[in-house]
Amino acid sequence: MELQTMTALELSKKIRQRQVKVADGVKEVFDQIEKKEGKVHAYLDLYKKDALARAKEVEKGIMDGIYTGPLAGVPIAVKDNICIKGKKTTCASKILENFVPQYNAEVIDRLEKAGMIVIGKTNMDEFAMGSTTETSAYGVTRNPWDLEHVPGGSSGGSCAAVAAGEAFMALGSDTGGSIRQPSSFCGVTGIKPTYGTVSRYGLVAYASSLDQIGPVGKDVADCAALLEVIAGHDPKDSTSLDRKDLDFSKSIEEKKLLGMKFGVPKEFLAKGLDPEVKDAFMETLKVLTSQGAIVEFFSVETMEYMIPAYYIIASAEASSNLERFDGVKYGYRAAEYEGLHDMYKKTRTEGFGEEVKRRIMLGSFVLSSGYYDAYYLKALRTKALIKQEFDRAFDKYDVILAPAAPYTAPKIGESLKDPLAMYLGDIYTVAVNLCGLPGITVPCGQDKAGMPIGIQMIGNCFGEHKILRAAAAYEAERGAFPTPLKGGKEA
Amino acid sequence: MKQYETVIGLEVHVELATKTKIFCGCSTEFGGAPNTHTCPVCTGMPGSLPVLNRQVVEFALKAGIAANCQINQYCKFDRKNYFYPDNPQNYQISQLYLPICHDGWVEIETSAGKKKIRIHEMHMEEDAGKLIHDEWEDCSLVDYNRSGVPLIEIVSEPDMRSSEEVIAYLEKLRCMMQYLGVSDCKLQEGSMRADVNLSVREVGSETFGTRTEMKNLNSFKAIARAIEGERERQIELIEEGRAVVQETRRWDDNKESSHAMRSKEDAKDYRYFPDPDLPPIHISDAWIYEIRTSQPELREEKQLRYQEEFELPAYDAGILTESRHLSELFEEVANLCGSPKKAANWFMGEVLRLTKDKGLDVEKVSFTPKHLADLIQMVEKKEVSAQNAKKVFEKVFDEDIEPVSYIEEHGLKIVEDTGLLNDILQKIMDENPGPLAELLGGKEKVFGFFVGKMMRELKGKASPDAVREALVKEVEKRKNQ
Repeated sequence: MELQTMTALELSKKIRQRQVKVADGVKEVFDQIEKKEGKVHAYLDLYKKDALARAKEVEKGIMDGIYTGPLAGVPIAVKDNICIKGKKTTCASKILENFVPQYNAEVIDRLEKAGMIVIGKTNMDEFAMGSTTETSAYGVTRNPWDLEHVPGGSSGGSCAAVAAGEAFMALGSDTGGSIRQPSSFCGVTGIKPTYGTVSRYGLVAYASSLDQIGPVGKDVADCAALLEVIAGHDPKDSTSLDRKDLDFSKSIEEKKLLGMKFGVPKEFLAKGLDPEVKDAFMETLKVLTSQGAIVEFFSVETMEYMIPAYYIIASAEASSNLERFDGVKYGYRAAEYEGLHDMYKKTRTEGFGEEVKRRIMLGSFVLSSGYYDAYYLKALRTKALIKQEFDRAFDKYDVILAPAAPYTAPKIGESLKDPLAMYLGDIYTVAVNLCGLPGITVPCGQDKAGMPIGIQMIGNCFGEHKILRAAAAYEAERGAFPTPLKGGKEA
Repeated sequence: MKQYETVIGLEVHVELATKTKIFCGCSTEFGGAPNTHTCPVCTGMPGSLPVLNRQVVEFALKAGIAANCQINQYCKFDRKNYFYPDNPQNYQISQLYLPICHDGWVEIETSAGKKKIRIHEMHMEEDAGKLIHDEWEDCSLVDYNRSGVPLIEIVSEPDMRSSEEVIAYLEKLRCMMQYLGVSDCKLQEGSMRADVNLSVREVGSETFGTRTEMKNLNSFKAIARAIEGERERQIELIEEGRAVVQETRRWDDNKESSHAMRSKEDAKDYRYFPDPDLPPIHISDAWIYEIRTSQPELREEKQLRYQEEFELPAYDAGILTESRHLSELFEEVANLCGSPKKAANWFMGEVLRLTKDKGLDVEKVSFTPKHLADLIQMVEKKEVSAQNAKKVFEKVFDEDIEPVSYIEEHGLKIVEDTGLLNDILQKIMDENPGPLAELLGGKEKVFGFFVGKMMRELKGKASPDAVREALVKEVEKRKNQ
């Protein structure tokens, strides 16, 4: 069996059975990177030397019985908004071009404890603001299925890396769909956990009340295992939850759909949804029902308010979260300025990209005195109404099904021309963040051009077990999904 | 001529005496080399997150309960957004929408009598760092040691009418915070800061005039001067038919004048919103009950107790309780020596005199209570003269010496045996035959001359009473010879 076709769990198993060396997995990844990175540009930084040194350490740790977990020895890529001590963390922004944190994000400590090997930092939309990875200050990432297309975003680098075989798995972050949408575009699996499940300590904040770090992997089992590694209470994050049900790998052991109740919001399938995506979605429903699942349609009356509420809340928080990037303490500072105010102005004008500035302005506006009630408070009330509607739905259904995006990956350069249209593309993913729910994207089909399509399974808060079970059962029924390595245009 | 009334409200910042900062584990200790009491959280590093120090909530509750406030049992933190380098995140975590305490009052006493000053609210927030402008290098440096030190801001209603009332209010707050142990309230170190909101209106007017806010007030004296100055400035404007502009002004205590910092038009829009990194705080009934029942004795209660238990006059009780620290020292001495009034006299006399003479902070006064208690008892038993006792006490005050052995060693103990007294008396009488003749002749005036001579010779080793007794006996003896 070739290393590159293995899942992360399969690789670790071989390593722990002494059939494969830890360094072989790392070398395999760097071989693929060497071959493809020039075209894909999934990474902003690579740690080949460190990774090989760490591989030796992990090899010994496995021998000594220190690393016994199911992902020990697996190389992993990390989105560049997650801090690693001593490594540049840029958030794909010019303003953090030289920022080197002196601390690890909590998830990085957890990866290390699990005996995993961080191989590099992946590209993303600047400060996770964008749906295509085109707002990165360091160049676009290309979709490994077709290099003329975007990988989606904002965790486009992480999803592209996994799709291209440039990583066995990766960490992304999801504020409004930033894991689930690019997973769909890249034909990989990704999870946005229940808010509070994974510590945000060391994740550079975009919208604090919505951000969650989550796994990106080749299949559901890999994602469940990685989620199990990174989840857990962290006293450094006040919004972190102390959950006792973190045995996610267990929930996929029983791949049974019989009797599970799925709800589909009718409005999600109305106008705006690409017919090919809709077809793939409906086909998936058929697979589920054929396995004994019950699928019902229901109405979501708050749908038209999801995007406005999301963009108001996310931008408001972002406008405040990004204030610390001012040229005073770290990061980029304008070369020439007169006085403090001018330094702030030039630094931020030059350091931030267009999309980030747009959201800072939008967020500052909705928080301004005189507009706070009309926009921000109203958005909070809207969020509460959306949550109520989902609560009612979960009284009836185990899992809610939705497309991950209205279309397959657009071509590079098409999206940024019309930011509003790009925002509307987040319609199926933002409610999950507004309500703090878990969601998983699983590949479920391809369009005529061969671009992948994903289906999103949404659970109630703490409902990871149900969506993982449903996703794993569906995945088993679906069979192996093609990869760009075999069958994609890039093969 | 028109009569004007000054209307004053105060915003007082009190730094809480917690060991660690409000949102991280860094030390709050004053001083320290720049940026040594810092971490990713209090320097606003990307990805860092605040975690609330529970003791800050506890201290705020203590203060609020002592000031008769209502408690918001569901309260939140909000972000106050503004750009300035002393604030590493460019937002301050504070409370706007649901402050922890609101609608309370404290009672002040001035020459005009007692008065209630209403408290609008008390809220928790974090302090900022310190900017240091290096004029030699033409650059500014920032020290984040103070960044994240917990504060409570106490906002009063516009209930004060004079600088006397303002000072009384501030003294009241300071005393209350010190008694509660939640702050040391030092204006010089910035652990208590006050901004003054002031307007004037004609006496009898129901409506308020336009107010200004005065900042940079570093001492009670500066506050009093700033109030007088601003009152005069506003009256002058009104008399000239000009309008008072709503603005923030900065007091310059050296020039004894203020200048406008910013007007209402360019007032900052702080874009307050709930901090999404900090979940709301739920304050249980049980927690409030626990704090209510464990509140320390405050000054008013202590004053009453001193009057009842120690039978001290109200005046004494007032002075002795001005500082919690001093009152605790006093109580120990009083209990050890068994004579509260005597102890009170020593504190109001010698302790406060020495504190003042030596320019010492009353909070820094420190000696072993037993040392003063022993000294008081020795005076009581006439084992040492009052005068020598004072000298010895200065040693206790300065060096905390053990007075009993010190008095022995330095020969200051009052002589019990009359033999020595008589020897000295004989010697003095022999040396002064003239006055002796007068004394024996019945001239009472020279009695004092001999007592004085004796006392000088004895250097306080005998009490004046003993000397007088010995002298009377000797005169009687010689007369009868």
